[in-house]
Amino acid sequence: MSRFARLCQTSIGAKQVMAVTGLLLFGFVIGHLLGNLLVFAGRDSLNGYAHKLRDLGALLWVVRVVLLVVFLAHVGSALRLWRLNRAARPEPYAVEAHLVTTYAGRTIVMSGLLILAYVVYHLMHFTLGATNPEYLKLMDPKGLPDVYRMMVLGFSNAAVSGVYIVAMILLGFHLSHGLTSFFQTVGLNHPAYNPCFKRVGPVAGVVIAIGYISIPLAVLAGLVK
Amino acid sequence: MNLTLRIWRQRNAQERGSLVSYEAKDISPDMSFLEMLDVVNERLIAKGEEPVAFDHDCREGICGMCSLVINGLAHGGRRATTTCQLHMRHFKDGDVITVEPWRSRAFPVVRDLVVDRTAFDRVIHAGGFVSSNAGGAPDANALPVPRDDAEKAMDAAACIGCGACVASCPNGSAMLFVAAKVSHLAHLPQGHPERAQRVLGMVHQMDLEGFGNCTNHTECEAVCPKEVSISHIAKMNREFIRASVLEA
Repeated sequence: MSRFARLCQTSIGAKQVMAVTGLLLFGFVIGHLLGNLLVFAGRDSLNGYAHKLRDLGALLWVVRVVLLVVFLAHVGSALRLWRLNRAARPEPYAVEAHLVTTYAGRTIVMSGLLILAYVVYHLMHFTLGATNPEYLKLMDPKGLPDVYRMMVLGFSNAAVSGVYIVAMILLGFHLSHGLTSFFQTVGLNHPAYNPCFKRVGPVAGVVIAIGYISIPLAVLAGLVK
Repeated sequence: MNLTLRIWRQRNAQERGSLVSYEAKDISPDMSFLEMLDVVNERLIAKGEEPVAFDHDCREGICGMCSLVINGLAHGGRRATTTCQLHMRHFKDGDVITVEPWRSRAFPVVRDLVVDRTAFDRVIHAGGFVSSNAGGAPDANALPVPRDDAEKAMDAAACIGCGACVASCPNGSAMLFVAAKVSHLAHLPQGHPERAQRVLGMVHQMDLEGFGNCTNHTECEAVCPKEVSISHIAKMNREFIRASVLEA
């Protein structure tokens, strides 16, 4: 086994994998949100942006492959750690009590798994066209793939929007613990900055969840059509 | 005060244990938790029953021998308090108190509330020391140590190795204990020659013992009777990254 692979198997090495891949995925979540928010700038803005992404060609595939590897490393490492952590306490306490741990922290594996399930559905829904093949055939008047119409059609379905909103709330919880943990894990801990590190996760979680949720709400409210 | 205790009874490492209820009557609020258990045990012995086995030694809050998860919290969950320094005045008359041993795969139950913590000793053997050649004692202050480093090393060295961090961690992780030792010696010049092999060796042994992995719940810091800060875990993470990158 290579030195790097061995390192990733150690407890602290695995923490670093979680932290670094988590931060990269956080970057993706921000980028994806900023792109999606173009829906508020109108059909041409969003479709033009989507078209530019498609035009990246080979680079787009590089980004996709890197994202996939990062995503699989994050999920794989998390599942392995989860199994080890459960094995570390074979006999549970009859009385469970906590002093400081947060709800987001205790449920991070569950929120992560539900987000994973959502991502699979989301890709089949919008990217691969597995659930709604007609979406990929939509064209706008300029002849570009009509991402805008796809979003509006998708979110006009209350059930689809509901699932999306729940998934984004889970993402908010996940980021709230995950982002704050990032700093401690990579060794960034200093009394002067700790209050900021502690706040940045929950704040980012709330902002990102609201950002994403604003889109289906706007569609359902008829503000975006 | 009169209390109902639900105490984990287990005859040995092989047999399954269970919670058994005991009435503890006429307990003085001035007793420590362990003194209360002493009274319960004296009454059990008088009745010809097996007393409850629990670990204890100094009863001054400095040795790290006492343990007990009380109502789900290691050492009872009061700030900077070991079980031997936990007093019955913090409980109410009529309370039902559940007393369990530290729960960790790496800390097997020996009997009742006593667990085997030699896993910690093996982690220390793996690098938690400074090798020094025999010879004349060096002059005091021959090695200058900056004040802040001395303070941080001292804060880490306050760890008494009780294992409350493991017991309280939802993941059964021992990182606060290991970090306290790694950080203590990494802050001092005497610890520097073996800095890299220490952190690599101790983390390797920690993993071998079957402790869980830190997910930053920070429960360990909250129950630590010596208030060892998770800033030492961050320090250990830095030490580990540094050693992993630089060492062959």
